Formats: sequence, structure tokens, C-alpha cells
Amino acid sequence: MTIPAGPYAASTQSAPVTEPELSPEEQQFNDLIAADSRIEPRDWMPEAYRKSLVRQISQHAHSEIIGMQPESNWITRAPSLKRKAILIAKVQDEAGHGLYLYSAAQTLGTSRDDMTDALIAGKARYSSIFNYPTPTWADMGSIGWLVDGAAICNQVPLCRASYGPYGRAMVRICKEESFHQRQGFEILLELMQGTEAQRQMAQESVNRWYWPALMMFGPPDDDSPNSAQSMKWKIKRHSNDELRQRFVNMLVPQAAVLGVTLPDPDLRWNDETQMYDLGEIDWTEFHEVLAGRGPANAQRLQRRRDAHDEGRWVREAAAAYAVKIAARKKNASAADSKDLAS
Amino acid sequence: MTAPGNSATEIWPLWEVFVRSSRGLSHVHVGSLHAPDETLAVRNARDLYTRRGEGVSVWVVPADAITTSDPDAKGAFFESPSGKNYRHASYYSKSEGVKHL
Repeated sequence: MTIPAGPYAASTQSAPVTEPELSPEEQQFNDLIAADSRIEPRDWMPEAYRKSLVRQISQHAHSEIIGMQPESNWITRAPSLKRKAILIAKVQDEAGHGLYLYSAAQTLGTSRDDMTDALIAGKARYSSIFNYPTPTWADMGSIGWLVDGAAICNQVPLCRASYGPYGRAMVRICKEESFHQRQGFEILLELMQGTEAQRQMAQESVNRWYWPALMMFGPPDDDSPNSAQSMKWKIKRHSNDELRQRFVNMLVPQAAVLGVTLPDPDLRWNDETQMYDLGEIDWTEFHEVLAGRGPANAQRLQRRRDAHDEGRWVREAAAAYAVKIAARKKNASAADSKDLAS
Repeated sequence: MTAPGNSATEIWPLWEVFVRSSRGLSHVHVGSLHAPDETLAVRNARDLYTRRGEGVSVWVVPADAITTSDPDAKGAFFESPSGKNYRHASYYSKSEGVKHL
């Protein structure tokens, strides 16, 4: 068995061996993590820490970018001008979040073009939630309330992630997400105060999104291979199950305000734990969607690929124009200095 | 030494963005973005970093135009102030209790 590199590698050996001598920079990295300080781009860091961050941040960025699609689906059909404007602003925010995160990943030495290539080649992962379709207007409500709600629950602790640029990007994102969740809640509330057909639409949508939203927190703790290391490095601060539980505890009273039921017959208050007991999550579905066999995986990736291809000429033309203008400026200043010399 | 994240292989260069949140305050680094030239960099910066009125002025700087201190010489480079706590007002304790000092 090969021992993985990194500061925690030694702890995987069971024989009582002498502590390996740490290099000064590795010692400094460990001290910074222990002191709850932040690692910055130019600092030394274990290769595994860097790789783990690139994986997590780029997946997160891809999720924001793919996440624009289920909602942009409704921009042209939003029921009022106000809702249309809100939806456009929200989709624009998601694009912005993707860009903040790509920039954060880039400080680790990976290029945005490489990340984009990995996404459109189907080699990179993104959150399984965006592979579900949005057939009704109520889905805009459910996405805001449940999907963005789950995202906020996940992301608030990430504001304190040990890698500085990631934490800073998350602070910015969290500030903007709370509008997303509230506008979704409002869409559902208005539907629930509407006609019987509107109430049914809202409930049907919540039924479809509830379980996929709970899956957003990732596999259960005993089946989450990267979690423990991520928590030692203080990238993650809470386990998947802990965050999922926290989310449901907040959700139940909100569902009561809306007047919707959550589609879990086993959901009930536990007086002993002072928390809600949850029913069993269908992890087969989660793994199927993650493996690319969800309801909309192919469609989402194709749309992203098309957008990338159709935008190619714009990127190239803008780059060519910038080169031309720079050359023109250089020539002009060369001519100026010639004038001065003569 | 160029800024972290700048890569020569990309079609659009990387820019660092600084935003002045209101008059009377300095421009503060808020993040980075890609743009083909300075005009579009400023516009992209507006769209990306000031969607909610976060700024009254924006600076963009090509990431590779930034010179940084050597990260490997961190300790030595910033050594000078250490042990010189007489540069802080709190070093002078005998005047404690004296008003307006």
C-alpha cells in the first residue's frame, strides 16, 4: 500500500513510528490550520489539499453555471414583468457566482479554460440537483425555497473555509443567495394563497424537489470518502448529515407557513434528540443522477456545449480586436517619440 | 512576480478588480475576472462586482502587472517591526490615567 502524501499521512500508519520531520513550510501550514487562520494562494500547501480544493471549487463553479439552465427555462414565460425581472436578476447572479468561484479555483494554478473543457467534455461533476427538469412555474418557487435554501445551509459554513479565496467568494455568494431563497418562498406562498389548481401546482412541485434537495448535502457520513480529510483541513466545517438535519429542522416550520406538506411519511419530531427524524433517502437515485443517468443530464451538458461553441467567435473576435488596438497604440506612441527626437 | 492565477495559455487575460464602495474610502480588491481589453474589463467588473450598488468607482489592473513580495521570504521580509513595540502608543504605560493623552 502506498501512503498518500500530505501532513496527515503519518496518522494512517498504525505501527508506532517516530514522527517524520516536517519541513518548515509544512509545519507552518499545519500551524495556520490549527490556529484557524487562512491559507493564501502563495503559501505552501500539501498537494492533496490543493487538489481537493480545485475539485471542490470547480465543481461548485460548474454547478452555478449549469444551475442557470433550469431557471432560464422560465424567463420568457414568467407570469408577470416583475417576476421576469426577478428571474433574470437571479440567473445573472448564478453566472456571477460561477465566475467568483472559477477565479478562486484559478488562484490554485488551474486555468479557467481547463475547467471549462473538463465540464463540456463531461469529465467534471456538478451538483446532481440541476439534472432535474422544471416543467411548471411552481418549480421556480421550489428551486428558490428548497434548492437555494439547501445551498445556503451548505455555504454559510464555507465562508470560514481555510482557503482564503474560497471563503471570500462564499461570503459574496451567501449575501446574494438570501434574495434567491426569499423570492422562491414568495412564489410558493402566492400560489398557496391562490386557486385550488395553483395550490396543487405548488404542492406537486414541492413533492418533486424535496428529496433531491436533501441529496444536495451529499452521501451519508459513513459513505462520504472525502469528508473527514476535508474537515481536518477545515475546508468543510460540518458533516453532510449534520447539515442535512439542520436544513430539515428549518424547513418544517417554513412548510407550515406555506401550508404545504413535505413528502416524507416518516418525518416526525423526536423529543429526545430535539430534532426531526427523517425517512430513508433513496441513494440509488442520487448515484444514478451523479453517474449521468438523471432526467436532464444529457440536455444540460449539450446546452452548455452549444453555448460554448456558439460563443467562440465572440471570444476570438474580442481577443483579436484587443491585439489590434494594442498594436495601433504602440505604433502611435512610437511615432510620437520619433517626433520628439526629430 | 505575477499575480496568482494568471495563465499565459488563456485566450482572455486575467484582471484584478478594485472597487471603491463609497466616497471617502479606498478602492479595495474584490476579486478578478477575464476580459480581452481594459474597456471590457471595466464593464465586466461593473456587471460582476457592483450588481447591488456596491461601488462608485472601479479599477482594473492586468494581473501580470502586479508585483508581489516574495512569498518564500515572508518571515524575513516583514521582520523589521517585530520587537519594536515602542512604535505603538500602548507601549507607554506610565501616562495611564492622564487625560487627553
